[in-house]
Amino acid sequence: MLDIQFTLNGKRISARIDEAERLLDLLRYGLGLTGTKEGCGEGECGACTVMLDGLPVNSCLIPAWQVRDREVETVEAVPEAALSSLHESGATQCGACTPGVVMTAWWVRRNRDVTESHTLRQLMAGNLCRCTGYDGIIEGLEAWLAETGGDREDVS
Amino acid sequence: MTVLLPRDLVEALDMRAVHPEATPIAGGTDLCVHWPQHVADEPRPRPWLDLSSVDELRERRWTEDELTLGAGATYWEVIQDRRAAEEFPLLVDAAERVGAVQIQARGTWGGNIVNASPAADGVPVLMAYDAILVLRSRERTVEIPLSDFYLGYKEMRIRPDQLLTEIRIPRKEYDFQWFEKVGSRSAQAITKVGVAVTRRSAEWRVVANSVAPTVCRCRAVEALLASGDTVSRPDDLMAALDDDVSPIDDIRSTARYRRQVLARLLYYRLRDECPSFT
Amino acid sequence: MKRVEGLSKLTGRELYVDDLSVDGCLWGATVRSPSPRGRIRSIRFGDSVDWSEFTVVDHRDIPGSNSVYLIEEDQPVLAADRVRHLHEPVLLLAHPDRDSLRRAVAAVHIEVDPEPPVLDFRISPRPDQIQYGTDNVLKHLRIEKGEVERALAKAPHVIEGVYETGAQEHVYLEMQGMVAWEEDGVITVTGSMQCPYYIVDAFEHALDRPTERIRIIQSATGGGFGGKEEFPSGIALHAALLALKAGRPVKLIYDRSEDMAVSTKRHPSRVRHRTGVDADGRLLVQDIEVVLDGGAYVTLSPVVLSRSIIHAAGPYACENVRIDGRAMLTNSPPFGAFRGFGAPQSLFACERHMDRIAAELGLDAVELRRINLIREGDSTATGQVIRDGADRVAVMERALELSGFDARRAEHAVFNVAEHTCRRGIGLATFFHGAGFTGSGEVFLNSEVHVAGLPDGRVEVRTANVEMGQGTLTVFTQLVVDRLGVGPESVVIAPVDTAIVPNSGPTVASRTVMVVGGLVERACGDLRETLGLGADGRGEVLTLAIGAWHAAHPGEELLGRARYRQPEHIEWDDESYRGDAYGAYAWGAYVADVEVDLRTFAVTVRDFVAVQEVGRVLNETLARGQIQGGVVQALGWALLEECKWRDGALENWQLTNYIIPTTQDVPPIRVEFLETPYPHGAGGAKGIGELPFDGVAPAVANALAAAGAGDPRTIPLTPERVMDLVMGSSPPYEDSP
Repeated sequence: MLDIQFTLNGKRISARIDEAERLLDLLRYGLGLTGTKEGCGEGECGACTVMLDGLPVNSCLIPAWQVRDREVETVEAVPEAALSSLHESGATQCGACTPGVVMTAWWVRRNRDVTESHTLRQLMAGNLCRCTGYDGIIEGLEAWLAETGGDREDVS
Repeated sequence: MTVLLPRDLVEALDMRAVHPEATPIAGGTDLCVHWPQHVADEPRPRPWLDLSSVDELRERRWTEDELTLGAGATYWEVIQDRRAAEEFPLLVDAAERVGAVQIQARGTWGGNIVNASPAADGVPVLMAYDAILVLRSRERTVEIPLSDFYLGYKEMRIRPDQLLTEIRIPRKEYDFQWFEKVGSRSAQAITKVGVAVTRRSAEWRVVANSVAPTVCRCRAVEALLASGDTVSRPDDLMAALDDDVSPIDDIRSTARYRRQVLARLLYYRLRDECPSFT
Repeated sequence: MKRVEGLSKLTGRELYVDDLSVDGCLWGATVRSPSPRGRIRSIRFGDSVDWSEFTVVDHRDIPGSNSVYLIEEDQPVLAADRVRHLHEPVLLLAHPDRDSLRRAVAAVHIEVDPEPPVLDFRISPRPDQIQYGTDNVLKHLRIEKGEVERALAKAPHVIEGVYETGAQEHVYLEMQGMVAWEEDGVITVTGSMQCPYYIVDAFEHALDRPTERIRIIQSATGGGFGGKEEFPSGIALHAALLALKAGRPVKLIYDRSEDMAVSTKRHPSRVRHRTGVDADGRLLVQDIEVVLDGGAYVTLSPVVLSRSIIHAAGPYACENVRIDGRAMLTNSPPFGAFRGFGAPQSLFACERHMDRIAAELGLDAVELRRINLIREGDSTATGQVIRDGADRVAVMERALELSGFDARRAEHAVFNVAEHTCRRGIGLATFFHGAGFTGSGEVFLNSEVHVAGLPDGRVEVRTANVEMGQGTLTVFTQLVVDRLGVGPESVVIAPVDTAIVPNSGPTVASRTVMVVGGLVERACGDLRETLGLGADGRGEVLTLAIGAWHAAHPGEELLGRARYRQPEHIEWDDESYRGDAYGAYAWGAYVADVEVDLRTFAVTVRDFVAVQEVGRVLNETLARGQIQGGVVQALGWALLEECKWRDGALENWQLTNYIIPTTQDVPPIRVEFLETPYPHGAGGAKGIGELPFDGVAPAVANALAAAGAGDPRTIPLTPERVMDLVMGSSPPYEDSP
């Protein structure tokens, strides 16, 4: 067992972890934050996407000890008020891929300049969805990006 | 399970010397696939050497003659580096085709090299740019050209007490450069056939992945290109390709497809570039 | 109305089975057959494990009948002395620690004396391979109309073709999982599922207990697509058996690899057409053979076969039709329900064949359809007279218009001459999908729905139909709001808990809105009647009346009820397979515009237009989402998703090598609806969940053919397959199995 400290959703915390735990396991079972989902365990589907030092990553591919002294953000930190565009556009159906989609979309929203060199479909390609066919997600993200003045709610 | 957590490069090299049996891990995008199953399968779990906090490994340095990438530099860091995009566009092309953002944010150039997959996406472009690897142990530093690094499938010229610390890419003026990856779909795909090509005057580099036990220079094709012999259809490249590569049938694709597509990729792209292609 | 549970899903608050924390829970796992067929000779427990820490369950622990109750009783819950497919469940283990459990599974050694497996459903089995009946035919069905032999003999032109479709894995993003425990003598299971009452039936049978001592609760379900229709019954039984033996709750969750390797998949198919036409292209006779791979046990193959043959002749008028269908046993894990349920397979063949007929006769593929599409008063293959007021030709015309079909075709012709490294083509498919259970199936289901007036004045809808992303919760809320005039905040959809909800049938067959929604509407009316209110008993009036009723009847339940009643005009004969197969059909016309890269043979879908007539659209966002999602899932089936087999089971059981579409593999899907209300569907709606699957693969294949990529007959049209087609080196087709 190992003791680590890291920042989770803006708060510095300590956690006692098993060396064999992934960040995904620590979040879901150790800390009871079940918003982040497991969809494949191989880094293909993106359902487990969280933010690590401000970048979207697959938490199923990160041993928990690698986040010591780093900043982790999960879907639990996304303000509900920020989600209305995704709600309206039909970005979610069964919801299993949704937290991962929200995290990547939130990252795009907070780092708009990536949309100058990448299309939204490119940026969302690491989030597999089986229900929506992707139009609801992309249209929702477009609408979210078009929302003005709302960066207050994006402060974590 | 033992985890070694060095805080800097000196400590990392020390630990590497004392624990040569430990597996170095940085981004973990290959090593961590199906992690719980692997942990369960190992009767006696190996120790891990965590390089993700060794900041020296992430540095990028420009000198007059070269760009030095820290082995721990990620694909995303290079994609965001405007200077790299201008001077070494193939690095960005390749990085953009690795997985998707979540993988690009974690995968490292060095990890890709020492993972030694025949399908490694960073290696062909580095090899086409004549990259040189810097391997360090506690005692000494050696350098080796990337094109000499691989000996066979998953076999490379690195000793258990060494770490790959830097990748030195010479700054040259290229007359032509091109990278293409054929995966099973447009994004988030392992390469079925890939190729990186550079030319400087009469010097060609043609590097292919997923068509041999290692990423490899296609020297017979390079010679053919340098010779100026006429090539009027993809088939005219086959003899040279068959000298250089040995694609197989596997779960992702077939030998026939890989061979055919590699020839066609080369032919159609170089037809616009080489006077000897008709 | 926005999706009622949308924010819960977007914030990650929605609780799926693996999110549930259960005190004292053990993890459960399954030990499986290492062989596709044979007799179990021994089971050895390895020395590296302290087995006293584990709960071990085998077939002897099954109190009732060792069979997963479905149509027949041939599939064991746990294999006893023989196995019939790789990965067949043999033993169950439970332990508090998941890693220890994984190691323990690997430490059990099952030795099987092998017997010759059947691994190709297209080849007649040898005597030593017979495992069902005398010929391994799990089901045989036949449809006959008119005089086929005579018509074939007289037809001026006869065009033949054989078409094959591959299996498909659902890849619901949430894996299969169940948690089971016993509480006060009631075995309770919660988990990811589409059909809680199928599990109740399975439990009655295998656990030998009455329904009062069985409670099944659906947890939030992250996708189903049919993959959670019948397969969960086995997992639920496994979790329950472990829980009963251990005396503690047990959580059994599959990881992705296990889920992909062992769960049900779409039935592979081989369909042969022999079609007689006159010189103008009128269909004179359709002679069709459908063969499906059913896998090792009967499970749902008879029903999949049924839907497959009923749709096999397409949405066309033809006087002489013969469709002969067989589902074959192979030693694969059983194939099962998957969105479309046999119709996508046979409609792929039909629609690809139509284009080939056009090509052979030198006719325009659009004209051929215009001539033959069913008109009002024409009858289908089963003799069902279509009189629903829908204009099927208009559906096609609209798709052609939206896609710019003629203009694109002309552009492509120019492009294909000028370009050398790629080719373009545009293709059409016209199709249909019957909603609800076939024939007398809905009568057999005898679905019941309750709408309760709660003491606080709210209205609670109680059905057994689940939300799995398709919008059940929202549409049911909408229907109540429309019927009773109350606000959405006054409507509650009861958790799908068999202790609370009546059996309104399974969440399958595109029936949830059309059939069950219709019952919800009627139950609303019954609630009003029970309160003694007339048609003006809505909104505030109704809420007050509910309150007043409870004041007058303390502690009692106020229920509006509705039970399924078959619309009068439906007549179906199960023996002859003739009559009204479905109460309603939705009609579709899809157009795919594709580009083939002649260097890599990769296919890019540049544009996709999906037009369908669906009765009535109750919720635009939800309906559009169903079509877009179905189209993309079907594009995966058509172009990317190849199942590779070893010993009859899936070899590429990871998402890295089983390829489903990403955002970058598909264009925006352009959707349009036409509406001709169906009087017996809720709000006039017909079922649409499966419809999109029927039109995609043939539209894509026809587009590829138009692009000059040879003559596609088999899907998926992976680049490797397209390479063979383009380079002309595919083997000539054998026309006999």
